[in-house]
Amino acid sequence: MAVATETPFHVLAVDDSLPDRKLIERLLKTSSFQVTTVDSGSKALEFLGIHGEDSSPPVSVHADQLEVAVNLIITDYCMPGMTGYDLLKKIKVESTSLRDIPVVIMSSENIPSRINRCLEEGADEFFLKPVRLSDMSKLKPHILKSRCKEHYHQERNQQSDSNSNERSNPTNNSNSRKRKAEENEEVLPQKNRSRHS
Amino acid sequence: MDYSNLRRQIISMKKSLFDQGYLDEQFNQLEELQDDSSPNFVEEVVALFFKDSSRLLTNIERALEKYPQDFYRLDSLAHQFKGSGSSIGALRMKNECSMFKAHCSDRNLEGCRRSLQKMKREHATLKQKLETYFQLLRQVGPRERAVNSWK
Repeated sequence: MAVATETPFHVLAVDDSLPDRKLIERLLKTSSFQVTTVDSGSKALEFLGIHGEDSSPPVSVHADQLEVAVNLIITDYCMPGMTGYDLLKKIKVESTSLRDIPVVIMSSENIPSRINRCLEEGADEFFLKPVRLSDMSKLKPHILKSRCKEHYHQERNQQSDSNSNERSNPTNNSNSRKRKAEENEEVLPQKNRSRHS
Repeated sequence: MDYSNLRRQIISMKKSLFDQGYLDEQFNQLEELQDDSSPNFVEEVVALFFKDSSRLLTNIERALEKYPQDFYRLDSLAHQFKGSGSSIGALRMKNECSMFKAHCSDRNLEGCRRSLQKMKREHATLKQKLETYFQLLRQVGPRERAVNSWK
């Protein structure tokens, strides 16, 4: 296995069951992720910097501004109080910049309508419990894709300030990266995928 | 020190736990996650499971007494129990939990009571068997454990 030369990706794992938290933590660490585990949706939101579970106005906490950046959130579906689905909505619908963080839902029940509902609400992946080591390899692509999108948004914001002539110059590397990201965005519409594990 | 006898016992015990349906493949998955950086992982996660599940069994028992018509609550508790059981590969317990949940669906109180007794027995039996298994493993020491595959 290659030695990581940069900071490992950081995953926030949410599960109310203690043995399951220990398991997911171990799975993630074995796969070279940095891990934070919490036992509820509300604690997850606290960690992410969103305060209050009620219908307070969306907080625009940019993902990079978190003290410790979170690259992916993996959450159990069935939890008392705030379910994984509720948490998913808070992140994908009610917050502004946190919606770019990939969210994976875990459930011990294989219910197609549940899976579809989660994917429609913006979940990037659905794992059936018990989660296995082989499932971990599915996480990094989502993180990399979201980073690609993030760079695209950042560059787009920068570009809008500068000369528009630069945008059409094909030899400029950052532009071709941007265009590639744009192509990727168009080719892979997320919400319609019915892929699940 | 000669570990071959001990090793044979461990392999034989594990095989019988699988053959008798106490454990399933998920237990192997746990053992694969154990290494030098986390040498007691399996024992630790199993201990957490038994602590958590004992609490759930008590709660189920109380719920059967105090809220016998609340099958939603009973099913919800059994669901938690089943979930963490399947995470450690506790096959028999997971199956008995499914039976309990089926009785909840049928609103069969007597069925739930019988099933709970079975769940408690399975719980106690698995706990005892795994304690013995881990004791044997401890005797061979962490280096021997990490180096050898017990499959």
